[in-house]
Amino acid sequence: MRRIPRTLQVGGVIVGSIVILAVLGPWIAPFEPDAFNLRARLQPPSVTYWFGTDEFGRDVFSRVLAGAHHSLLMGFGATAISLAIGVPLGLIAAFRRGWTEEAIMRGVDLMISIPPVLLGLLILAVSDPGLFKTILAVGLVYVPIMTRVARAVALDLLAEDFVEAARARGEGAYHILAREILPNAWPPLIVETALRITFAILLGSALSFLGLGPQPPDSEWGLMIAESRPFISEAPWIGLAPGLCLCVLLIAVNIVGEGLRDLLDPRLRGRGH
Amino acid sequence: MAAFLIRRCLSVIFVLWAMTVLVFAIVHILPGSVAHMILGEFATNAAIAELEERLGLNLPLHIQYWRWFAGLLQGDFGQSLTMDRPAGPVILEALGRSAILASISIVLVAIIGIALGIHSATHVGSWSDRGLTLTQYFFIAVPEFFWCILVIIFFAVWLGWLPATGYTPLADGGFLGWARHLILPVSTLVLGLIAHVSRLTRSSMLEALESKYVLAARAKGLPERLVLRRHALPNALLPTITVLAVDVGILIGGIVVVESVFAFPGLGRMLIYAIDNQDLPLMMGGMIVITAIYALANLAADILYAVLNPRIRVSGTAG
Repeated sequence: MRRIPRTLQVGGVIVGSIVILAVLGPWIAPFEPDAFNLRARLQPPSVTYWFGTDEFGRDVFSRVLAGAHHSLLMGFGATAISLAIGVPLGLIAAFRRGWTEEAIMRGVDLMISIPPVLLGLLILAVSDPGLFKTILAVGLVYVPIMTRVARAVALDLLAEDFVEAARARGEGAYHILAREILPNAWPPLIVETALRITFAILLGSALSFLGLGPQPPDSEWGLMIAESRPFISEAPWIGLAPGLCLCVLLIAVNIVGEGLRDLLDPRLRGRGH
Repeated sequence: MAAFLIRRCLSVIFVLWAMTVLVFAIVHILPGSVAHMILGEFATNAAIAELEERLGLNLPLHIQYWRWFAGLLQGDFGQSLTMDRPAGPVILEALGRSAILASISIVLVAIIGIALGIHSATHVGSWSDRGLTLTQYFFIAVPEFFWCILVIIFFAVWLGWLPATGYTPLADGGFLGWARHLILPVSTLVLGLIAHVSRLTRSSMLEALESKYVLAARAKGLPERLVLRRHALPNALLPTITVLAVDVGILIGGIVVVESVFAFPGLGRMLIYAIDNQDLPLMMGGMIVITAIYALANLAADILYAVLNPRIRVSGTAG
């Protein structure tokens, strides 16, 4: 049993606490996140309102709690989508070679030559925005990178003896890919996935900030920061609270990713991304 | 080298063509009538028919695509739906202003990022290296749009030193007025990227410093300054070029966000305006132009890499 790196412990605890807070949010929030209270508009942080109130007198702390699951869903959901599409594509490309591989990899090259935010905007540009569309768009943006990683890993593994043995036994493509390659491909894929989640949260919240994510009165963090802009001088806490939470989440997820890299793939230590 | 150049140029052309197909397909194949979306749910049938006629939306899709694509080739981006003027000049003006932001930013990122990276690599373990590593960690993770809010609160609201939004052309505001509006957008754009570049320069510089050719250079008694400048640096900077090209993509995303926050009238803000107002010609044209810039930046980086990398250069002349 390898020792779990300190970074992974610290990051894991922070991410874990945010997940728990997001799940328990509805029960521990002191106020209804959408409840107006026009007598308590733009209140600074106090004992009653921990993070202050916004222009409608809604409790910012309750709204930040309610918004946590959006950012988490964005990160984990979108990355799950890119894994679910990208990994099979990469495995097939590595296994089939020939024109199948050529077609898949040229598609990947094409997608990668579009800047991520632009690709997200393109997917979201002409339909009504919403949380799940944003998650889907962010997931699709990162499919090509997952495909590349999966293909590279599978190409290495396909040269191994146990794959040769499976071929000699006459196993089919599905068996070789699902039973022989995939179980051995997980460590590098998990590392890549963990590092991807940060990017997914960043892109997703940036798209919501631009108005292409969940819509008001929803309380996604990027959207909350966008909505706080008119009140930036009189009530900066409306934007600072969700922003700082977003930063803590991003840094923690990033630390977990790097911790996993140290744990599963020590060769990559110290390499940037 | 010539074959490499031709292959790369062809792939740029392919990417741009494929992007026109992608943009067109997403805009036109998604469910719902485009005219309906532009005019809203209370539009009369006559108004919808009139708009479809004007935009050529009732023609078969391949003919619509061909018209748009042939127009693009001649530099005609179509008529903007909301501004009553051709989309081409609108895009061009916005591009010019974004280019100011982008070029200042990328130059700053390259200079400061590489300088900090070299400093860290030559002072490994010192307090300045550790401090830099820690700050980089933080700066990479903070989203641009939150930086925007932070610098506006700090410099525009609390200190009142700099304007929070807007843009003054050089001709109207003089250098000072022009520069004052650029400081906040540019600094938010570069913070994360400087962290990224300096971190990668540090690791590639460390790798170069541990190499055999640096050992050989030191063994023959070269002064440390020359070892760094002649032997370690040129090799360490090669990966940095690739990183800078990738960062152009991140910079483009950042520009979209930063321009919308600072109300800076560039290409990113125009794109968001076009999406919000469903101005399709403006949106499609803007996307094509941005993709083209990114593709050209990558092409430039590839060529620079090939020119500077002795291994590619040598094999190129031999073959």
